[in-house]
This record gives sequence, C-alpha cells and structure tokens, in this order.
Amino acid sequence: MAESTDRQGFLSRCRTWIDERFPWTDTVDRHATKYYAPRNFNVWYVFGALSFFVLLLQLVTGVWLTMSYEPTGEGAFASIEYTMREVDFGWLIRYLHSTGASAFFVVVYIHMFRGFAYGSYRKPRELIWLIGMGIYLVLMAEGFFGYLLPWGNMSYWGAQVIVSLVGAIPFFGPDLMEWVRGDFVMSEITLNRFFALHVFALPGALVVLVFVHIVALHHVGSNNPDGIEIKSKKDENGVPLDGIPFHPYYTVHDFLAIVVFLIVFCAVVFYAPEMFGYFIEKPNFEIANPISTPEHIAPVWYYTPFYAMLRAATFPLFGIDAKFWGLVVMAGAILIPAALPWLDKSPVRSIRYKGRISKLMLALFVTSFIVLGYLGTIPPSAFATLLAQIGTIVYFSYFLLMPWYTRREKTKPVPDRVTG
Amino acid sequence: MTDSESNLVTRRYLLLATSGVAAVGAAAAAVPFVRSWTPSAKARALGAPIRVDISKLEPGELLGPVPKWRGQPIFVLYRTESFLNSLGQDASKLADPQSKKSTQPDYARNEYRARDVRPEIGVYLGLCTHLGCSPQHYDESKARKKVANWKGGFFCPCHGSRFDMAGRVEKNFPAPTNLVVPPYRYETEDVIVIGEDTEVA
Amino acid sequence: MIRTLKGIAIAISCVAGALVLAATDSSWEMEPMKPDLDDVASLQRGLALYANFCIGCHSLQYQRYERTANDLGDIPEDLMLDNIIFSGQAIGDYMTTSMSQEDAEVWFGMAPPDLTMVTRVRSPKWVYNFLKTFYRDDSRTYGVNNKVFPNVGMPHVLLPLQGITEEVCYGYQSIEILDRLLEFDAAAAEGNEESLDRMQGREPNCPEIRTLPGSGLYDEEQFDQAAFDLANFLHYVSDPTRQERKALGTYVLAFLFILLVLAYFLNREYWKDIHNRKSN
Repeated sequence: MAESTDRQGFLSRCRTWIDERFPWTDTVDRHATKYYAPRNFNVWYVFGALSFFVLLLQLVTGVWLTMSYEPTGEGAFASIEYTMREVDFGWLIRYLHSTGASAFFVVVYIHMFRGFAYGSYRKPRELIWLIGMGIYLVLMAEGFFGYLLPWGNMSYWGAQVIVSLVGAIPFFGPDLMEWVRGDFVMSEITLNRFFALHVFALPGALVVLVFVHIVALHHVGSNNPDGIEIKSKKDENGVPLDGIPFHPYYTVHDFLAIVVFLIVFCAVVFYAPEMFGYFIEKPNFEIANPISTPEHIAPVWYYTPFYAMLRAATFPLFGIDAKFWGLVVMAGAILIPAALPWLDKSPVRSIRYKGRISKLMLALFVTSFIVLGYLGTIPPSAFATLLAQIGTIVYFSYFLLMPWYTRREKTKPVPDRVTG
Repeated sequence: MTDSESNLVTRRYLLLATSGVAAVGAAAAAVPFVRSWTPSAKARALGAPIRVDISKLEPGELLGPVPKWRGQPIFVLYRTESFLNSLGQDASKLADPQSKKSTQPDYARNEYRARDVRPEIGVYLGLCTHLGCSPQHYDESKARKKVANWKGGFFCPCHGSRFDMAGRVEKNFPAPTNLVVPPYRYETEDVIVIGEDTEVA
Repeated sequence: MIRTLKGIAIAISCVAGALVLAATDSSWEMEPMKPDLDDVASLQRGLALYANFCIGCHSLQYQRYERTANDLGDIPEDLMLDNIIFSGQAIGDYMTTSMSQEDAEVWFGMAPPDLTMVTRVRSPKWVYNFLKTFYRDDSRTYGVNNKVFPNVGMPHVLLPLQGITEEVCYGYQSIEILDRLLEFDAAAAEGNEESLDRMQGREPNCPEIRTLPGSGLYDEEQFDQAAFDLANFLHYVSDPTRQERKALGTYVLAFLFILLVLAYFLNREYWKDIHNRKSN
C-alpha cells in the first residue's frame, strides 16, 4: 500500500505547509476537536447553532436578492414582483429570505430565553451576554431597515411610525426625524439609505459581532443546564471531567437540529410563506401610498411585544407627554436584559436550583412577553390597553425586582458534577 | 470482530451515508441560486424577434442605424453582384470558406451565407467571434485605402480580425470562425424578421 | 424548567381565553369561497372574463400575457392574440390597461387600482363577494353600490351578465313594521325614552340582494360560476408560482425526512460513547 502512504504523506505535508503559515490545526483543535463542551446540553442549547445557520442563510439569499432589486421609489416594489415572477426560482429566494427573517427572531428569542433560564449571563460570561445584546440590537435594526425595502404600503407606514418615534425626543426630535428620513416624508432618499444600511453596513457589523460572541464563548467555555463550571473538575490531562469534544459530538447533534429546523422552516416557505399575514402582512402586497394608511398598522410579529408596551404608555408624566414615555418604555424594554448580569444576585445560576419566586417570575415574564406580542398585533381597545399596561409592569418587574427576590429566596443545593 | 469494532464500522457507514445525502441536498440547494442567473422572462421578452424594413437599402450599403436584437448589434448588408460572383475566388485566404465550423442556421450554410430567397442580403450578428467586439464595416473603396487589395467587409478594431462581405474570417487572424448568422426569415420581400426561423403559429 | 414551562402555558391560555373578543364586523356576511387552482378550465374562463370586462380599466401590471398563457394550460399564442389581447400588445408584454392614468383620474376621481395582487391584499373570498354584491342605489354616481365595498367608485361592470340587482330590506318597509309599531306603542305607553330613541334611530336591515329575473344574460348559478372564475383567476395571478411552490415543497420535505432519519441515527451512534462512559 505504498500508494496510500504516499497520499497520506502528501496530505500531511500540505497540512504542515499550511500550519507553518496559518494556525489551521491549532484553530480546529481550539474550537472543535479539543473544545470541551459540557456533556449535559439539552435541546435549548441548539438554538445558538441554529442562529448561526440562519445568519448564513440570510447572507446568501440576501446577496442573491440584491441582484434583481432596484432601490428606487419607482422601481422597488416592481422589482420584488419581478424577482418573484420572472427570475428563475426568484420566488424561492425571496421567500427564503422573508421567512428567514422571522425564523431568525424565533431562534434568537429562544436562544435568549435559554440564557435567562440557565443564568448564562452570570460571571464570567457578562461580556458574551453584552455582545449578544449587541447582536440582538443590530438584528432588530436589520429587520426594520429590511422591511422598508419591498416598498409595500405596510413597509412604508410601519417605517413612518417607527421613524416618528424619534420625533418624541424632546427638543431635537423633529429635526432628528427629518435627518433620519433625509426628506419631509418617507421617500426614495430614505429608501436608499435604509438599503445601504441593510445590505452593507449592518450585515458586516452582524458578522463581526457573531465572530466576537463565539470567540468570547470559547474563551470562557459554555454554561450548561446545571449552571456549574465544568472547568473546576479536570482529569490528569487537564480535560474537564464533564466535558466532551465539540466535534464530533455536538457537530452531529447540531446537524440533527438543523435538519429538524429545516423541516419546519421549509414547510413554512413552501406552504405558507406569508404565515397568514404574520410574516408578510397583507397591505404589503400594495405599493407604498403616502396618502393612504392601511386600516390597521401592526409591526411584524417580532417587534409586537415592544410595540404593545409603546402603546401602553397613555398618560403624561412630569409634564412630558405620553408619546415620549412610550419611547422610553419601549427602549427600556429592549435594553434592560443587558443589565441581567448585575441584577441577578442568586447564589446559583440555573433555574433548576433557584427558588419558587424565580421560577414564578420567569414564567410570568415569558407569559407577559407572549401576551404583549399578541396585543401588539391587534387594534388597540380599552381592555387591550389595560392588559398591555399590566403586561408591561410584569415584564419590568422580572428585571427590576430581581436583586430582591434572588437574594431573598431559598435555593436548592447545586450538585458537584453535571446531571442528566 | 469485537463489538466496538463492528460499532465503528456502522459508524463509518452512517457517516458516509449522511454526508453523501447531505452533499446531494447541498448541491440541490445550489440549483435555484445558479438557475436564477439565467435570462429572466423580462430579458427573454426584450429579446423577442425584431422586424427590419430593407426596402430603402441600396447595393453595397449596410443598414444603418444598426438594429438591435437581444441587445446585440445586427449587420444587414446588401452585397453587390460583383461580390457575389467573386465568392469562390479567394477561398484559400479564408479560415472556414465552407462555414463548416461556423454558427449559422442550415438555410444559410452556403457560399453567400444567406437565405436562397435573397442571396444578396446578408444578415450577421455584429460581434467578432474572437472576444466579442463589434467589427466595423469597410466598403470596397474604404477597404482599399486601409489595406492594399482588400476587397472590404468587416474589420474588428480590438484584435484586428478581418471578415469578407459574407462574414467569412480571413486566415491568420485571431477570430476562429465566421460571423454568426442569426435565425431570420422574410415576412415580405422587404421585411426581415430577425430571431425567428419560421413563422410561429 | 418543565414546571416553569407548564406554568407559562397555563397562564397564556387563560389570557387568551379572556381575549376572545367579539371583534367581527357586523356588516355584510360574506359567502364562503375556496379557490381551486387546479381547475384550469375555470382559470381560463376567468382570464377571458378579465380580458373582456376588467382590463379596460384595471391593469395586471406585474404579470405577462405569455406567462399566463403558459401557466393556464399552454394557451397557443394566436388564441391569446385573437381572444385575450385586444390592445395591440405583444404576447411578451405585461397585462396593462390601455386607458391612460391621467384620463382615468379625470373620469373616476382616482385611477382604478392595479389588481395583480388584490387577492393577497384582500382575499379571493372578498373578490368573489365583491363581484356578487353590486346593487341598485340611485344616490350613487354610477347608480350602484356594493355590499362588501360600500360607496365603491365604479360601475357594475358585470351587469349585463348578472342583471339588475336590488337589496332586500327588512325593517321599515316590510312585515316587520307591524311588530315594530306594536313595540313602539308599548315603549311609548311606558314612557321609556331610551327605548324610543333607539327604535327611531334604527337603520333598516338589508341582508339580501335580489336579482330581477331575466334581466341578465346569466342565471344565478351561471353568474356565481363567473364570479368564482374571476376571483379564482385573480388568485392565480396574485402568486403564479403557488402550485409550483407546493409541488417542489413536497420533494424538499421528503428529502429532508430521509436526511432526518440518517442524522438521527448518526447522532445516536456517536453519543453511545458518552452514554457508555457515564455508566462506567
């Protein structure tokens, strides 16, 4: 078998050649074959990998959409229909991208929820958490700018409403609003700058942030459902006793997750790409019309919890009108998870070992988020507004009362080694 | 074979099968992205056949302004009788005098490279078969001023290829084959439809 | 964690239950309509109706004749040119109206909207009911009004087919008036002011539309079919790749399920290492 040894010799020579010039083997070891992840990951831990997968999907389909998109007031709407009808498989690429946007938020919200539940934000992972919050903010901006691009009537008025929020800022508001739009109304000028941000600037920022997020994670190591450090118990070789190599164990695991995800995702793309008006809203099949607002304006579902909180602010305070407080509440609701590492005073990380109040508060928090999300999609009414106000209070209590209830409650003993 | 060894064999096959199927999936997923680059319905509609009226064309003239088909220049040339009579004379100078390697509809695979109905009218795609520049037309007098004893035709400014009035390329120039003859037909004696071989029902 | 999730589920279902509000519009009750894109004959009839009655004003500016012809059972080009394309357009052109937008604005106050995606903005059911519920209303410019689109600014274009339609009202003009008078007397006798006001302000209730027999080319069933065909055709135009999409989806999902089985067993095979190690 001289031939095969020769070939192996050639491959290993290639690797040596590369390793002398680029840390290839070193990188693979550090991030895959010798990156030790806790062996007790459960299903909640696949959503990080899924987020990464959706990011790639959005980048590729986005590049392809740009090829037949025309960022002009006259041509944008028609160019989307052109893509959908006349470009070979253009409809598929477009639906992959539009469904991908929603899928991105589904997996990212679940990924964040997992962090909430198992205390993934606690020391020493504060920076991973903050970078993650940065990703989340950029993602929201991506979604917002991207939604204007089809130049449908909902795109137009949705963007108009959100940009008008800026106008609620005292003193500078109105000028700032004009500056953001570059015009007195939403116009082609606005469309052009949103296009540039959506297609060039923000995806770049997103890729960099995701890279940094993963580098930071692999530096400190992953948390796990028990919330204990696997690095504190190592064998004689310095390998954590409860750690297993990321590759192959978690690569095959994440691959399975991606296939399951794709089944759900493709079912939506091929059978219900508008998702009954939740992923692509009905008025968006009409071209933007600056003199006719759709009867009922609702943002896409992934913003609706915050939109409901915005609408829940209905009374002036300290002599400043409700519009401004709505903005404050909304911005606060989006940003407050960033403070979690410093709000959580519990001696344990994972919800498994926290006390009753923590469990109740987490359940209430998720409930309020989902209920607010629903309220944001329906037209306002007295009852809905009241419910949204209660929901807002519950949402903020989870965070603001956390220093108190995490210190006060009785926790369960944490095991030495991971369970399950 | 021990238990763990047979396990490793199973594992190897499973890994191969999964990778194989996944690779097929990845290749299939690439198809839409590749296919989306083919000319769209819009491009095809813009590439629909065009009609050209040649009633005012005189012998020796090139139709101008040059009409466009699929965004490409088209040469419609009214050849003189003397040229048609001299077609067989300079065969040794040409790279493909019988148009064997060149692209044209079957009805134009003849010496004068045109339909039999009106052999004096030549219809060519105005792009050099070398690297796609558009050649310039040289009538006989202009040609003689450029190169002694060149009887005229087309000259490509990019890399210097020379073609005769039948679009046939001369030897020892970079262009490998004769100018392309697009599909065309006569609607009436003076109206050419370019882009269609036969009348579409 | 599991218990937390259960708590969340219970809480949400409670709130959802409380949120079932009677938010439905009390206006016209629409008839059901389920489009059938596999019925090529219906789509072709819809296309013919559209070409004869609609395209004079309403464009389908994102859809080409050629695409339509190919999708609706490969209609030959000469058939299309003779029967569908009246404006001297070519087969590869978009299905646009030949009426100028400026003229339309003068004539109608606003240009008739493009209808390429009307069934996605509204719904096929809405279009179907809209087409069926024009009725005579002499107070309107075109002498007609519409039940699902009140005060619509267009004439009843399908009138030659459907015939003259009128609304059937109960309340002031019908037998019910007797009941109402009795009720009214009783309220007056009691001196119940609130009840009196309510009854005086009550709008007549007109829940039906009646066609004058013999006034149209079609009988009721034929006209229902025509309205269905048109709505069905517009549903096709709104997303012409719908059928192709669903067909492709079946293959994609079938493939993914095969991959799922392999990925599942592969995962299980590798994780045997971990489970064995744990038990040692």
